[in-house]
Amino acid sequence: MRNTLLSKFLIVSALLMSFTGFAKDAKEAGEAPEKDKKTEIKEYIEHHLKDSHSFSLFSYTKDNGEHVYIDVPLPVILWDEGLKVFSSSRFHHGETLAEVDGSYYKLYHNKIYETNADGEIRYNEEHKVLNEKPLDLSITKNVVMIFITGLLILWIFSSLARSYAKNNNMPKGFGRFMEPIVLYIRDEIARPNIGEKRYRKYMPFLLTIFFFIWFLNIFGLTPLGVNVTGNIAITFALALMTFLITSFTGTKTYWKHLFDPLGDTMPWYAKVPLYIILVPIELLGTIVKPFSLLIRLYANMTAGHIVLMSLIGLMFIFKSWIGSPLSFALAFAISLIEVLVALLQAYIFTMLSALYFGFASEEHHEEHEGEIAHL
Amino acid sequence: MEKLLSDFSLGLFVWMTVLFLILLGLLRKFAWGPILNAVNDREEGIRSALAAAEDAKREMQNVTADSEKLLKEARAERESMLKEAREIKEKIVSDARDLAKVEGDKMIKQAQLTIESEKKAAVADIKNQVAELSVAIAEKVLKEKLSENKKQLELVDSLLGDIKMNA
Repeated sequence: MRNTLLSKFLIVSALLMSFTGFAKDAKEAGEAPEKDKKTEIKEYIEHHLKDSHSFSLFSYTKDNGEHVYIDVPLPVILWDEGLKVFSSSRFHHGETLAEVDGSYYKLYHNKIYETNADGEIRYNEEHKVLNEKPLDLSITKNVVMIFITGLLILWIFSSLARSYAKNNNMPKGFGRFMEPIVLYIRDEIARPNIGEKRYRKYMPFLLTIFFFIWFLNIFGLTPLGVNVTGNIAITFALALMTFLITSFTGTKTYWKHLFDPLGDTMPWYAKVPLYIILVPIELLGTIVKPFSLLIRLYANMTAGHIVLMSLIGLMFIFKSWIGSPLSFALAFAISLIEVLVALLQAYIFTMLSALYFGFASEEHHEEHEGEIAHL
Repeated sequence: MEKLLSDFSLGLFVWMTVLFLILLGLLRKFAWGPILNAVNDREEGIRSALAAAEDAKREMQNVTADSEKLLKEARAERESMLKEAREIKEKIVSDARDLAKVEGDKMIKQAQLTIESEKKAAVADIKNQVAELSVAIAEKVLKEKLSENKKQLELVDSLLGDIKMNA
Protein backbone atom coordinates (compact mmCIF):
# COMPACT_ATOMS: atom_id res chain seq x y z
CA MET A 1 0.00 0.00 0.00
CA ARG A 2 1.43 3.33 -0.97
CA ASN A 3 0.60 6.90 -0.30
CA THR A 4 1.27 8.16 -3.77
CA LEU A 5 1.78 11.85 -3.23
CA LEU A 6 3.89 11.23 -0.19
CA SER A 7 6.27 8.84 -1.84
CA LYS A 8 6.56 11.13 -4.78
CA PHE A 9 7.71 13.93 -2.57
CA LEU A 10 9.87 11.68 -0.52
CA ILE A 11 11.87 10.64 -3.50
CA VAL A 12 12.10 13.99 -5.16
CA SER A 13 13.18 15.79 -2.04
CA ALA A 14 15.59 13.06 -1.09
CA LEU A 15 17.32 13.77 -4.32
CA LEU A 16 16.90 17.51 -4.34
CA MET A 17 17.56 18.18 -0.71
CA SER A 18 16.99 21.89 -0.80
CA PHE A 19 13.22 22.01 -1.07
CA THR A 20 11.70 22.54 2.35
CA GLY A 21 8.24 23.17 1.07
CA PHE A 22 7.60 19.50 0.47
CA ALA A 23 7.57 18.62 4.11
CA LYS A 24 4.63 20.96 4.49
CA ASP A 25 2.85 19.50 1.52
CA ALA A 26 3.30 16.03 2.86
CA LYS A 27 0.96 16.88 5.68
CA GLU A 28 -1.88 17.39 3.31
CA ALA A 29 -1.30 13.99 1.82
CA GLY A 30 -3.48 12.30 4.33
CA GLU A 31 -2.72 9.51 6.75
CA ALA A 32 -0.74 6.45 5.87
CA PRO A 33 0.24 3.61 8.12
CA GLU A 34 3.36 4.67 10.04
CA LYS A 35 5.12 1.35 9.59
CA ASP A 36 4.78 1.39 5.84
CA LYS A 37 6.33 4.80 5.55
CA LYS A 38 9.27 3.73 7.65
CA THR A 39 9.84 0.57 5.64
CA GLU A 40 9.56 2.55 2.47
CA ILE A 41 12.19 5.02 3.61
CA LYS A 42 14.42 2.20 4.76
CA GLU A 43 14.09 0.41 1.46
CA TYR A 44 14.70 3.60 -0.40
CA ILE A 45 17.89 4.25 1.52
CA GLU A 46 19.07 0.70 0.98
CA HIS A 47 18.34 0.97 -2.68
CA HIS A 48 20.22 4.24 -2.90
CA LEU A 49 23.32 2.86 -1.23
CA LYS A 50 23.60 0.12 -3.80
CA ASP A 51 24.89 0.27 -7.30
CA SER A 52 22.28 0.36 -10.03
CA HIS A 53 21.95 -0.73 -13.63
CA SER A 54 20.32 2.52 -14.63
CA PHE A 55 21.16 6.12 -13.90
CA SER A 56 18.00 7.11 -12.08
CA LEU A 57 17.22 10.77 -11.59
CA PHE A 58 13.95 10.30 -9.72
CA SER A 59 10.90 8.10 -9.67
CA TYR A 60 7.36 8.41 -8.45
CA THR A 61 4.16 6.44 -8.28
CA LYS A 62 1.09 7.52 -10.13
CA ASP A 63 -2.34 7.61 -8.54
CA ASN A 64 -3.25 4.38 -10.26
CA GLY A 65 -0.29 2.63 -8.66
CA GLU A 66 1.96 2.68 -11.68
CA HIS A 67 5.63 3.37 -11.00
CA VAL A 68 7.24 5.99 -13.18
CA TYR A 69 11.01 6.03 -13.37
CA ILE A 70 12.86 8.96 -14.83
CA ASP A 71 16.24 7.50 -15.61
CA VAL A 72 18.86 6.72 -18.21
CA PRO A 73 19.16 3.00 -18.94
CA LEU A 74 22.73 1.78 -18.98
CA PRO A 75 24.22 -1.10 -20.96
CA VAL A 76 24.28 -4.50 -19.32
CA ILE A 77 27.30 -6.62 -20.15
CA LEU A 78 27.16 -10.23 -19.05
CA TRP A 79 29.66 -13.00 -19.45
CA ASP A 80 27.57 -16.13 -19.54
CA GLU A 81 29.02 -18.58 -22.05
CA GLY A 82 29.80 -15.68 -24.33
CA LEU A 83 29.49 -11.95 -24.11
CA LYS A 84 25.95 -10.61 -23.88
CA VAL A 85 25.28 -6.93 -24.19
CA PHE A 86 21.84 -5.37 -23.92
CA SER A 87 20.17 -2.32 -22.45
CA SER A 88 19.04 -2.36 -18.84
CA SER A 89 15.73 -0.89 -19.98
CA ARG A 90 14.76 -4.45 -20.91
CA PHE A 91 14.52 -5.33 -17.24
CA HIS A 92 11.93 -2.62 -16.65
CA HIS A 93 13.38 -2.12 -13.20
CA GLY A 94 13.13 -5.74 -12.29
CA GLU A 95 9.54 -6.03 -13.37
CA THR A 96 10.20 -8.08 -16.48
CA LEU A 97 12.64 -10.71 -17.62
CA ALA A 98 15.21 -9.97 -20.26
CA GLU A 99 15.58 -12.69 -22.84
CA VAL A 100 18.95 -12.71 -24.55
CA ASP A 101 20.06 -15.46 -26.91
CA GLY A 102 17.71 -17.97 -25.34
CA SER A 103 18.70 -17.25 -21.73
CA TYR A 104 16.48 -15.43 -19.28
CA TYR A 105 17.82 -12.88 -16.86
CA LYS A 106 16.09 -11.26 -13.96
CA LEU A 107 17.11 -8.14 -12.05
CA TYR A 108 16.50 -8.97 -8.44
CA HIS A 109 17.70 -6.66 -5.65
CA ASN A 110 20.06 -4.92 -8.02
CA LYS A 111 21.67 -8.19 -9.05
CA ILE A 112 21.24 -10.08 -12.27
CA TYR A 113 20.31 -13.76 -12.01
CA GLU A 114 19.79 -16.33 -14.68
CA THR A 115 16.29 -17.77 -14.43
CA ASN A 116 13.98 -20.03 -16.33
CA ALA A 117 11.39 -18.64 -18.69
CA ASP A 118 8.99 -17.92 -15.82
CA GLY A 119 11.47 -15.79 -13.97
CA GLU A 120 11.45 -18.04 -10.95
CA ILE A 121 13.84 -17.20 -8.11
CA ARG A 122 14.72 -20.21 -5.96
CA TYR A 123 15.87 -19.89 -2.37
CA ASN A 124 17.62 -22.22 0.01
CA GLU A 125 16.54 -22.60 3.63
CA GLU A 126 18.58 -19.52 4.68
CA HIS A 127 16.69 -17.43 2.14
CA LYS A 128 19.66 -17.26 -0.17
CA VAL A 129 19.14 -17.10 -3.87
CA LEU A 130 20.19 -20.33 -5.56
CA ASN A 131 19.90 -19.08 -9.12
CA GLU A 132 23.06 -18.88 -11.14
CA LYS A 133 24.69 -15.47 -11.28
CA PRO A 134 26.45 -14.66 -14.54
CA LEU A 135 29.58 -12.49 -14.37
CA ASP A 136 28.13 -9.01 -14.49
CA LEU A 137 30.46 -6.55 -16.19
CA SER A 138 27.71 -4.02 -16.79
CA ILE A 139 28.37 -0.33 -17.06
CA THR A 140 26.50 0.51 -13.91
CA LYS A 141 25.75 3.88 -12.39
CA ASN A 142 28.96 3.71 -10.39
CA VAL A 143 31.01 2.86 -13.45
CA VAL A 144 29.49 5.84 -15.22
CA MET A 145 30.33 8.06 -12.26
CA ILE A 146 33.90 6.74 -12.16
CA PHE A 147 34.15 7.50 -15.84
CA ILE A 148 32.76 11.02 -15.44
CA THR A 149 34.94 11.74 -12.43
CA GLY A 150 37.99 10.38 -14.19
CA LEU A 151 37.36 12.59 -17.21
CA LEU A 152 36.76 15.58 -14.95
CA ILE A 153 40.00 15.04 -13.04
CA LEU A 154 41.86 14.44 -16.26
CA TRP A 155 40.44 17.60 -17.76
CA ILE A 156 41.16 19.79 -14.74
CA PHE A 157 44.70 18.63 -14.22
CA SER A 158 45.82 18.27 -17.80
CA SER A 159 44.62 21.82 -18.41
CA LEU A 160 46.53 22.88 -15.31
CA ALA A 161 49.59 21.08 -16.64
CA ARG A 162 49.25 22.79 -20.00
CA SER A 163 48.80 26.20 -18.40
CA TYR A 164 52.28 25.93 -16.88
CA ALA A 165 53.95 25.56 -20.24
CA LYS A 166 52.05 28.48 -21.69
CA ASN A 167 52.38 30.74 -18.72
CA ASN A 168 56.01 30.58 -17.66
CA ASN A 169 55.50 27.99 -14.93
CA MET A 170 52.65 29.87 -13.30
CA PRO A 171 49.24 28.19 -13.02
CA LYS A 172 46.27 29.74 -14.72
CA GLY A 173 42.56 29.14 -14.80
CA PHE A 174 40.68 26.73 -12.59
CA GLY A 175 43.82 24.74 -11.89
CA ARG A 176 45.06 27.61 -9.78
CA PHE A 177 42.73 26.48 -7.03
CA MET A 178 43.99 22.94 -7.33
CA GLU A 179 47.70 23.66 -7.30
CA PRO A 180 47.87 24.44 -3.57
CA ILE A 181 46.17 21.11 -2.88
CA VAL A 182 48.66 19.28 -5.08
CA LEU A 183 51.46 21.06 -3.23
CA TYR A 184 49.86 20.25 0.10
CA ILE A 185 49.80 16.55 -0.76
CA ARG A 186 53.40 16.73 -1.82
CA ASP A 187 54.70 18.79 1.10
CA GLU A 188 52.48 17.69 3.97
CA ILE A 189 51.59 14.12 3.07
CA ALA A 190 54.20 12.58 0.78
CA ARG A 191 57.40 14.26 1.91
CA PRO A 192 57.12 13.84 5.67
CA ASN A 193 55.73 10.32 5.50
CA ILE A 194 57.77 8.80 2.70
CA GLY A 195 60.93 10.86 2.81
CA GLU A 196 62.62 13.40 0.65
CA LYS A 197 64.48 10.89 -1.49
CA ARG A 198 61.75 8.41 -2.34
CA TYR A 199 58.49 10.33 -2.35
CA ARG A 200 58.54 11.15 -6.04
CA LYS A 201 57.61 7.74 -7.40
CA TYR A 202 54.52 7.58 -5.16
CA MET A 203 53.24 11.03 -6.04
CA PRO A 204 51.08 10.06 -9.06
CA PHE A 205 49.25 7.41 -7.07
CA LEU A 206 48.75 9.60 -4.00
CA LEU A 207 47.47 12.52 -6.04
CA THR A 208 45.19 10.30 -8.07
CA ILE A 209 43.58 8.56 -5.09
CA PHE A 210 43.18 11.83 -3.24
CA PHE A 211 41.35 13.64 -6.01
CA PHE A 212 39.49 10.51 -7.10
CA ILE A 213 38.10 9.85 -3.62
CA TRP A 214 37.46 13.49 -2.88
CA PHE A 215 35.59 14.17 -6.12
CA LEU A 216 33.53 11.01 -5.81
CA ASN A 217 32.71 11.84 -2.18
CA ILE A 218 31.52 15.26 -3.27
CA PHE A 219 29.50 13.74 -6.09
CA GLY A 220 27.90 11.54 -3.47
CA LEU A 221 26.50 14.67 -1.83
CA THR A 222 24.90 15.98 -4.99
CA PRO A 223 21.28 15.24 -5.78
CA LEU A 224 22.47 12.76 -8.40
CA GLY A 225 22.32 10.23 -5.61
CA VAL A 226 25.50 8.38 -6.39
CA ASN A 227 27.31 6.43 -3.74
CA VAL A 228 30.55 5.31 -5.33
CA THR A 229 33.01 5.62 -2.46
CA GLY A 230 30.47 3.99 -0.16
CA ASN A 231 30.64 0.84 -2.23
CA ILE A 232 32.72 -2.00 -0.89
CA ALA A 233 34.02 -3.05 -4.31
CA ILE A 234 35.39 0.44 -4.94
CA THR A 235 37.10 0.82 -1.59
CA PHE A 236 38.40 -2.73 -1.91
CA ALA A 237 39.97 -1.91 -5.26
CA LEU A 238 41.56 1.24 -3.86
CA ALA A 239 42.88 -0.47 -0.76
CA LEU A 240 44.15 -3.39 -2.82
CA MET A 241 46.19 -1.00 -4.92
CA THR A 242 47.69 0.55 -1.82
CA PHE A 243 48.49 -2.94 -0.55
CA LEU A 244 50.09 -4.03 -3.81
CA ILE A 245 52.16 -0.88 -4.11
CA THR A 246 53.27 -1.23 -0.51
CA SER A 247 54.30 -4.83 -1.10
CA PHE A 248 56.01 -4.34 -4.43
CA THR A 249 57.96 -1.26 -3.43
CA GLY A 250 58.89 -2.80 -0.08
CA THR A 251 62.63 -2.73 0.48
CA LYS A 252 64.80 -5.44 1.96
CA THR A 253 64.55 -3.71 5.32
CA TYR A 254 60.77 -3.83 5.18
CA TRP A 255 60.61 -7.54 4.43
CA LYS A 256 63.34 -8.31 6.90
CA HIS A 257 61.35 -6.46 9.52
CA LEU A 258 58.30 -8.54 8.69
CA PHE A 259 60.01 -11.89 9.07
CA ASP A 260 62.62 -10.90 11.59
CA PRO A 261 61.02 -8.12 13.62
CA LEU A 262 63.42 -8.35 16.56
CA GLY A 263 66.59 -8.25 14.46
CA ASP A 264 69.86 -8.85 16.26
CA THR A 265 68.58 -8.00 19.69
CA MET A 266 68.53 -11.60 20.83
CA PRO A 267 69.94 -15.03 19.86
CA TRP A 268 68.08 -17.17 17.35
CA TYR A 269 66.95 -19.82 19.86
CA ALA A 270 65.20 -17.13 21.90
CA LYS A 271 63.52 -15.73 18.83
CA VAL A 272 62.01 -19.01 17.62
CA PRO A 273 59.19 -19.26 20.19
CA LEU A 274 58.46 -15.55 19.89
CA TYR A 275 58.36 -15.63 16.14
CA ILE A 276 55.69 -18.30 16.09
CA ILE A 277 53.41 -15.54 17.33
CA LEU A 278 55.16 -12.40 16.09
CA VAL A 279 55.62 -13.21 12.42
CA PRO A 280 51.96 -14.09 11.78
CA ILE A 281 50.99 -10.86 13.57
CA GLU A 282 53.36 -8.84 11.41
CA LEU A 283 52.09 -10.52 8.26
CA LEU A 284 48.51 -10.00 9.33
CA GLY A 285 49.38 -6.36 9.99
CA THR A 286 50.30 -5.83 6.35
CA ILE A 287 46.79 -6.94 5.40
CA VAL A 288 44.98 -5.25 8.26
CA LYS A 289 46.44 -1.87 7.35
CA PRO A 290 44.88 -1.65 3.88
CA PHE A 291 41.81 -3.46 5.19
CA SER A 292 41.29 -0.64 7.66
CA LEU A 293 41.49 1.80 4.75
CA LEU A 294 38.84 -0.16 2.91
CA ILE A 295 36.44 -0.32 5.83
CA ARG A 296 37.06 3.25 7.00
CA LEU A 297 36.19 4.85 3.70
CA TYR A 298 33.26 2.52 3.07
CA ALA A 299 31.81 2.93 6.55
CA ASN A 300 32.21 6.68 6.67
CA MET A 301 30.62 7.34 3.35
CA THR A 302 27.84 4.82 3.82
CA ALA A 303 27.09 6.13 7.31
CA GLY A 304 27.00 9.69 6.02
CA HIS A 305 24.52 8.77 3.33
CA ILE A 306 22.33 6.78 5.73
CA VAL A 307 22.26 9.60 8.29
CA LEU A 308 21.48 12.23 5.69
CA MET A 309 18.75 10.23 4.04
CA SER A 310 17.25 9.16 7.34
CA LEU A 311 17.01 12.77 8.45
CA ILE A 312 15.33 13.67 5.20
CA GLY A 313 13.02 10.68 5.67
CA LEU A 314 12.19 11.91 9.15
CA MET A 315 10.50 14.95 7.67
CA PHE A 316 7.81 12.68 6.28
CA ILE A 317 7.48 10.69 9.44
CA PHE A 318 7.13 13.72 11.71
CA LYS A 319 4.75 15.57 9.45
CA SER A 320 4.54 18.47 11.85
CA TRP A 321 5.39 22.13 11.76
CA ILE A 322 8.16 21.63 14.29
CA GLY A 323 9.58 18.24 13.48
CA SER A 324 9.98 18.56 9.76
CA PRO A 325 11.77 21.90 9.64
CA LEU A 326 13.90 20.67 12.51
CA SER A 327 14.94 17.56 10.66
CA PHE A 328 15.53 19.67 7.59
CA ALA A 329 17.83 21.95 9.59
CA LEU A 330 19.57 18.91 10.95
CA ALA A 331 19.91 17.39 7.49
CA PHE A 332 21.34 20.67 6.27
CA ALA A 333 23.86 20.78 9.10
CA ILE A 334 24.82 17.16 8.53
CA SER A 335 25.30 17.73 4.83
CA LEU A 336 27.69 20.57 5.65
CA ILE A 337 29.59 18.22 7.91
CA GLU A 338 29.52 15.65 5.13
CA VAL A 339 31.30 18.11 2.85
CA LEU A 340 34.06 18.19 5.42
CA VAL A 341 33.97 14.40 5.84
CA ALA A 342 34.27 14.03 2.07
CA LEU A 343 37.56 15.93 2.16
CA LEU A 344 38.70 14.38 5.42
CA GLN A 345 38.22 10.81 4.23
CA ALA A 346 40.11 11.50 1.03
CA TYR A 347 42.87 13.05 3.12
CA ILE A 348 42.99 10.14 5.56
CA PHE A 349 43.10 7.54 2.82
CA THR A 350 45.92 9.38 1.07
CA MET A 351 47.75 10.13 4.28
CA LEU A 352 47.67 6.55 5.54
CA SER A 353 48.63 5.17 2.14
CA ALA A 354 51.62 7.51 2.18
CA LEU A 355 52.47 6.34 5.68
CA TYR A 356 52.41 2.70 4.63
CA PHE A 357 54.52 3.47 1.56
CA GLY A 358 56.92 5.29 3.82
CA PHE A 359 57.35 2.25 6.04
CA ALA A 360 57.71 -0.07 3.08
CA SER A 361 60.32 2.01 1.29
CA GLU A 362 62.45 2.77 4.33
CA GLU A 363 66.04 1.90 3.50
CA HIS A 364 67.48 1.57 6.97
CA HIS A 365 65.69 1.18 10.19
CA GLU A 366 66.01 4.79 11.10
CA GLU A 367 63.68 6.19 13.66
CA HIS A 368 60.57 4.07 14.02
CA GLU A 369 58.06 6.78 14.71
CA GLY A 370 56.16 5.11 17.46
CA GLU A 371 54.17 2.13 16.36
CA ILE A 372 51.90 4.08 14.09
CA ALA A 373 52.54 1.39 11.52
CA HIS A 374 50.31 -0.97 13.39
CA LEU A 375 47.32 1.31 13.51
CA MET B 1 30.17 -9.14 7.02
CA GLU B 2 27.90 -11.38 5.01
CA LYS B 3 26.07 -8.35 3.81
CA LEU B 4 29.34 -6.76 2.79
CA LEU B 5 30.31 -9.84 0.84
CA SER B 6 26.93 -10.07 -0.85
CA ASP B 7 27.18 -6.38 -1.73
CA PHE B 8 30.55 -6.95 -3.33
CA SER B 9 30.22 -6.80 -7.07
CA LEU B 10 33.05 -8.39 -9.01
CA GLY B 11 32.07 -6.56 -12.18
CA LEU B 12 32.26 -3.19 -10.47
CA PHE B 13 35.58 -4.15 -8.95
CA VAL B 14 36.97 -5.04 -12.38
CA TRP B 15 35.68 -1.82 -13.92
CA MET B 16 36.99 0.22 -11.03
CA THR B 17 40.46 -1.33 -11.23
CA VAL B 18 40.71 -0.98 -14.98
CA LEU B 19 39.37 2.58 -15.09
CA PHE B 20 41.46 3.66 -12.15
CA LEU B 21 44.66 2.26 -13.63
CA ILE B 22 43.92 3.94 -16.96
CA LEU B 23 43.20 7.19 -15.12
CA LEU B 24 46.39 6.83 -13.11
CA GLY B 25 48.42 6.26 -16.27
CA LEU B 26 46.86 9.16 -18.14
CA LEU B 27 47.14 11.54 -15.21
CA ARG B 28 50.73 10.51 -14.63
CA LYS B 29 51.64 11.27 -18.20
CA PHE B 30 49.51 14.33 -18.88
CA ALA B 31 48.96 15.90 -15.50
CA TRP B 32 51.07 14.93 -12.49
CA GLY B 33 54.35 14.66 -14.36
CA PRO B 34 54.16 18.07 -16.03
CA ILE B 35 52.60 19.72 -12.96
CA LEU B 36 55.21 18.44 -10.53
CA ASN B 37 58.02 19.22 -12.95
CA ALA B 38 56.73 22.73 -13.50
CA VAL B 39 56.33 23.29 -9.77
CA ASN B 40 59.81 21.91 -9.13
CA ASP B 41 61.27 24.09 -11.84
CA ARG B 42 59.54 27.09 -10.42
CA GLU B 43 60.73 26.34 -6.92
CA GLU B 44 64.24 25.74 -8.22
CA GLY B 45 64.04 29.08 -9.99
CA ILE B 46 62.86 30.84 -6.86
CA ARG B 47 65.55 29.17 -4.80
CA SER B 48 68.32 30.10 -7.23
CA ALA B 49 66.98 33.63 -7.55
CA LEU B 50 66.99 33.96 -3.77
CA ALA B 51 70.48 32.54 -3.60
CA ALA B 52 71.62 34.95 -6.30
CA ALA B 53 70.05 37.85 -4.43
CA GLU B 54 71.76 36.69 -1.27
CA ASP B 55 75.07 36.47 -3.11
CA ALA B 56 74.59 39.91 -4.57
CA LYS B 57 73.80 41.26 -1.14
CA ARG B 58 76.86 39.62 0.33
CA GLU B 59 78.98 40.94 -2.51
CA MET B 60 77.56 44.39 -1.97
CA GLN B 61 78.37 44.12 1.68
CA ASN B 62 81.86 42.96 0.80
CA VAL B 63 82.29 45.90 -1.52
CA THR B 64 81.06 48.29 1.11
CA ALA B 65 83.29 46.71 3.68
CA ASP B 66 86.20 46.83 1.27
CA SER B 67 85.69 50.45 0.46
CA GLU B 68 85.30 51.25 4.10
CA LYS B 69 88.47 49.37 4.82
CA LEU B 70 90.23 51.22 2.02
CA LEU B 71 88.98 54.50 3.32
CA LYS B 72 90.14 53.66 6.80
CA GLU B 73 93.49 52.59 5.50
CA ALA B 74 93.83 55.75 3.49
CA ARG B 75 92.89 57.79 6.48
CA ALA B 76 95.38 55.95 8.63
CA GLU B 77 98.04 56.39 5.99
CA ARG B 78 97.34 60.06 5.72
CA GLU B 79 97.48 60.30 9.46
CA SER B 80 100.78 58.47 9.63
CA MET B 81 102.18 60.50 6.77
CA LEU B 82 101.21 63.70 8.48
CA LYS B 83 102.76 62.50 11.68
CA GLU B 84 105.90 61.48 9.91
CA ALA B 85 106.06 64.81 8.17
CA ARG B 86 105.65 66.59 11.45
CA GLU B 87 108.35 64.49 12.98
CA ILE B 88 110.65 65.13 10.04
CA LYS B 89 109.94 68.81 10.24
CA GLU B 90 110.68 68.87 13.92
CA LYS B 91 113.81 66.90 13.41
CA ILE B 92 114.94 69.16 10.65
CA VAL B 93 114.22 72.20 12.70
CA SER B 94 115.95 70.87 15.74
CA ASP B 95 118.85 69.63 13.64
CA ALA B 96 119.13 73.00 12.04
CA ARG B 97 118.96 74.64 15.37
CA ASP B 98 121.68 72.43 16.73
CA LEU B 99 123.80 72.94 13.71
CA ALA B 100 123.26 76.65 13.83
CA LYS B 101 124.12 76.69 17.44
CA VAL B 102 127.31 74.72 16.91
CA GLU B 103 128.23 76.87 13.95
CA GLY B 104 127.39 80.02 15.82
CA ASP B 105 129.41 78.93 18.79
CA LYS B 106 132.25 78.11 16.52
CA MET B 107 131.98 81.47 14.85
CA ILE B 108 131.70 83.30 18.12
CA LYS B 109 134.76 81.49 19.42
CA GLN B 110 136.65 82.34 16.28
CA ALA B 111 135.47 85.87 16.49
CA GLN B 112 136.59 86.05 20.06
CA LEU B 113 139.95 84.63 19.13
CA THR B 114 140.21 87.08 16.26
CA ILE B 115 139.17 89.91 18.50
CA GLU B 116 141.71 88.82 21.07
CA SER B 117 144.50 88.60 18.58
CA GLU B 118 143.43 91.87 16.99
CA LYS B 119 143.34 93.43 20.37
CA LYS B 120 146.79 92.16 21.12
CA ALA B 121 148.05 93.37 17.82
CA ALA B 122 146.34 96.69 18.36
CA VAL B 123 147.82 97.00 21.87
CA ALA B 124 151.22 96.07 20.53
CA ASP B 125 150.81 98.57 17.77
CA ILE B 126 149.67 101.23 20.16
CA LYS B 127 152.64 100.44 22.36
CA ASN B 128 154.99 100.73 19.43
CA GLN B 129 153.37 103.92 18.30
CA VAL B 130 153.37 105.30 21.81
CA ALA B 131 157.00 104.37 22.11
CA GLU B 132 157.79 105.92 18.77
CA LEU B 133 155.77 108.98 19.60
CA SER B 134 157.33 109.33 22.97
CA VAL B 135 160.75 108.90 21.41
CA ALA B 136 159.84 111.43 18.79
CA ILE B 137 158.46 113.77 21.42
CA ALA B 138 161.39 113.20 23.54
CA GLU B 139 163.62 113.82 20.59
CA LYS B 140 161.78 117.01 19.81
CA VAL B 141 161.74 118.07 23.39
CA LEU B 142 165.37 117.29 23.68
CA LYS B 143 166.10 119.09 20.49
CA GLU B 144 164.19 122.04 21.78
CA LYS B 145 165.77 121.96 25.13
CA LEU B 146 169.19 121.43 23.86
CA SER B 147 169.02 124.20 21.40
CA GLU B 148 170.45 126.50 24.00
CA ASN B 149 173.40 125.70 26.11
CA LYS B 150 171.95 126.96 29.18
CA LYS B 151 168.98 124.87 28.90
CA GLN B 152 171.15 121.86 28.08
CA LEU B 153 173.00 122.40 31.21
CA GLU B 154 169.99 122.87 33.23
CA LEU B 155 168.65 119.66 31.85
CA VAL B 156 171.80 117.83 32.58
CA ASP B 157 171.66 119.20 36.02
CA SER B 158 168.06 118.25 36.56
CA LEU B 159 168.71 114.83 35.14
CA LEU B 160 171.71 114.44 37.27
CA GLY B 161 169.71 115.66 40.20
CA ASP B 162 167.09 113.02 39.41
CA ILE B 163 169.69 110.40 39.18
CA LYS B 164 171.23 111.50 42.41
CA MET B 165 167.84 111.54 44.09
CA ASN B 166 167.12 108.10 42.70
CA ALA B 167 170.43 106.75 43.77
